[in-house]
Amino acid sequence: MGADAVFRVEGLRKSFGQNEVLGGISLDLYAGEVTVLMGANGAGKSTLVKIISGVYARGGGTMRLAGQAFDPGSPAEAIRAGVVTVHQNINDGVVADLDVATNLTLDRLSGKGASLLFKPAEVRVEARAVADRMGLTIDLRARVADLSLADRQMVAIARAMAHRPKVLILDEPTSSLSSAEADRLFALIDRLRGQGVAILYISHRMSDIRRLADRIVSMRDGVVSGVFDRKPLDYEGAVNAMLGRKILLDRVIARSSARAVFTAQGLQLAHGARPISMTLGAGEVVAITGLVGVGKTALAETLFGVRRPLAGTMHMDGKPYAPGSAREAIAAGVFLVAKDRAMSGIVGGFNIERNISLPFLKRMSGFGVMKKRAERAAARRQIDEFGIVCRSEKDELSALSGGNQQKVMVARWMSQASRLFILDEPFQGVDISARGDIATKLRASADGRATLLFVTEIDEALETADRILVMSEHAIVGEHRNDDIDLDRLLAEVAGGPLTSAA
Amino acid sequence: MTLRDYAIRYGFIVLLVGLIAYFAIAADGFASPQSAVFIFQSVAITGVLALGVTATLVVGGFDLSIGSVATSAMMAASYAMVVLEQNAIVAVIACLVIGAVVGLINGWLIVYMRVPDLLATLGMMFLLLGLQRIPTEGRSIATGMTMPDGSVANGKFSETFLALGRHRIDFFIPNLIPVSVVVLIVLAALIWFFLEYTRFGRMMYAVGSNERAAELAGAPVKAYKIWAYVISGVFASIGGILLAARLGRGDIASGNNLLLDAVAAALIGYAVLGAAKPNAFGTAVGAVFVGVLLQGLTMMNAPYYTQDFVKGAVLVVALVFTFALSGRGKR
Repeated sequence: MGADAVFRVEGLRKSFGQNEVLGGISLDLYAGEVTVLMGANGAGKSTLVKIISGVYARGGGTMRLAGQAFDPGSPAEAIRAGVVTVHQNINDGVVADLDVATNLTLDRLSGKGASLLFKPAEVRVEARAVADRMGLTIDLRARVADLSLADRQMVAIARAMAHRPKVLILDEPTSSLSSAEADRLFALIDRLRGQGVAILYISHRMSDIRRLADRIVSMRDGVVSGVFDRKPLDYEGAVNAMLGRKILLDRVIARSSARAVFTAQGLQLAHGARPISMTLGAGEVVAITGLVGVGKTALAETLFGVRRPLAGTMHMDGKPYAPGSAREAIAAGVFLVAKDRAMSGIVGGFNIERNISLPFLKRMSGFGVMKKRAERAAARRQIDEFGIVCRSEKDELSALSGGNQQKVMVARWMSQASRLFILDEPFQGVDISARGDIATKLRASADGRATLLFVTEIDEALETADRILVMSEHAIVGEHRNDDIDLDRLLAEVAGGPLTSAA
Repeated sequence: MTLRDYAIRYGFIVLLVGLIAYFAIAADGFASPQSAVFIFQSVAITGVLALGVTATLVVGGFDLSIGSVATSAMMAASYAMVVLEQNAIVAVIACLVIGAVVGLINGWLIVYMRVPDLLATLGMMFLLLGLQRIPTEGRSIATGMTMPDGSVANGKFSETFLALGRHRIDFFIPNLIPVSVVVLIVLAALIWFFLEYTRFGRMMYAVGSNERAAELAGAPVKAYKIWAYVISGVFASIGGILLAARLGRGDIASGNNLLLDAVAAALIGYAVLGAAKPNAFGTAVGAVFVGVLLQGLTMMNAPYYTQDFVKGAVLVVALVFTFALSGRGKR
């Protein structure tokens, strides 16, 4: 490069209470370059973005913009200084009920020197100028609510560019776009790169990264774990640096299973995706790994009956299995510990006991009346088994740590026997000791059922699974028995590289 | 427990006891069995409505149509007996069917048409206020009334039906407890048992607290929501039956305060024993609280408009108890 960085971050730190989220991040952004920031969930990407965009105050370190100290006290200050962020949630960037022209000039309606009156004609002229600079071809009189997601995204970016920023931060801008829509976004980004804007692009999608990246910075656990700027870029290395290796518990002894419990044939999750076929055996623990957004949750939800596949069939114990709801899946012995326990697992108003019994109320009642003694006994048994730290089964879940909350969620679904036990990101927001407890419990109790885990972190798969499947672009692209794994091949598959050896 | 915990838990009960003690001293004749029964009788109808709306609060919804469901049921019962000359059983069944159908429509609007609960039931409230006046072109219904077509309605309220509102059962003192109070107590016990001790009640609370978690735990969330509105509608129509039986006519001007009183009772119920959630016991206590307050104020000759003011003030205080003090501001 040679040139000086437009934007330079050095030794940035941030803690929330005891919890250090950023442990000294250094990052350089150069004019006319797209720097891709990669990192797993919890690596600290969003905290970093929020500090740069002025939402959070930093805990330590320095930021410099074009040689000047950059110290935004609010998002508005950051924008005025020339650092503009387009957040992941598209609708945060636009006002749906206003038209495109007003959206493009919205930031001039407030702030110092803004005119008291709203002048439609001036707004339209200004908006036209912004749109032309961006090559935007959207009708400026259209209401934003009537636009497609991609068009809204364009408006959000164009609105950001109306400030003529030096630095543009895009936080997972393609997460809700189709590939054709993403192509339009990429064209826009190329245009901005040509205009000399320094772009920080945050994404998990390998296809985006291959298309756009000039440099890749990998983050892990609040520090930069790798910088890749030599062409051709080392994508596998970047993925490896991002996922890394944390701890390795005792290496599991891989078991194989002869008896199939669950089979899927030609399951198609998305248009244009290759169909998925797989067999899960009794007693084995299978982990499916892959980056965020490759369809892991979609597959979990399909198996659990809350999402319909586009094509394909499933069988449980040889019998056709086509669940139309979670209720039917549970009746067939398929249980799911869903991703994001706060959103889709924990019932906030209930104590531990009631959270554990929730899916099995029918089995714990006679003529509709709850058998409270059986309910309490089940809860106490599970608290003992999992070593859940609490005062009693009457504790509210909000009083528990994240690890213990997750233990309650897993204990819920293990309080009754299942045929196929699915866990979607069971180790998210869980401390290492609780993670070890849960993994041990899963393996110890695996007999007689098939266990399927969905994890982004490869470590977690290596620690718990007998067999590891790799997902990419809504399809399964690799399969490994968990003894003496070829990690390079596995990483290449995760990174969506050339599929020479994939099944 | 800290003092604050005690305040959250027992604050409202203490307030209720204090209120009763105050009125017993300040108002002559307040502390007598007859006065107690009168209080219960006055809260019987709003209490029944409040228990119904509690069911919708439990699933995280709200039902603003209960007041007009009750008055519609009252008009329907009157119309069935006075104009169509039917007996008490037909009248009661007609009312219950109206309540169930309105509940089903409310539930359908909210669950399948995705209309927000407050708006759907508000719309239903206005719709019913108009609908109940159409058959008689806005007239109240009483024996001997002239119909729109000039004929005279000769049917009359059956004695059995009127007994629901007027008969009193002997209890230590002859003719003490009105039937409506018995109905209230039975329904309160029923809904309390249903919500606290059956798996259906448990699942309704789960739906209200985290709908997605409940669905992923296998609950038919939509059905539970619709059922909650059906319960609310049926309870409101029972309230309407009691109202018709007490008045002995279909009075279009009655029932104005039902919605406010019932909602106040159910929301005050949040604060009872620090539950911070809708619950049948709290609702019953809340209804008694409102009743005691009104009876006491009446016996101290407070004008009717101060009563509305006091009711509103108590409701606001109860909501502060629930949401601010307990720090669990989730419905």
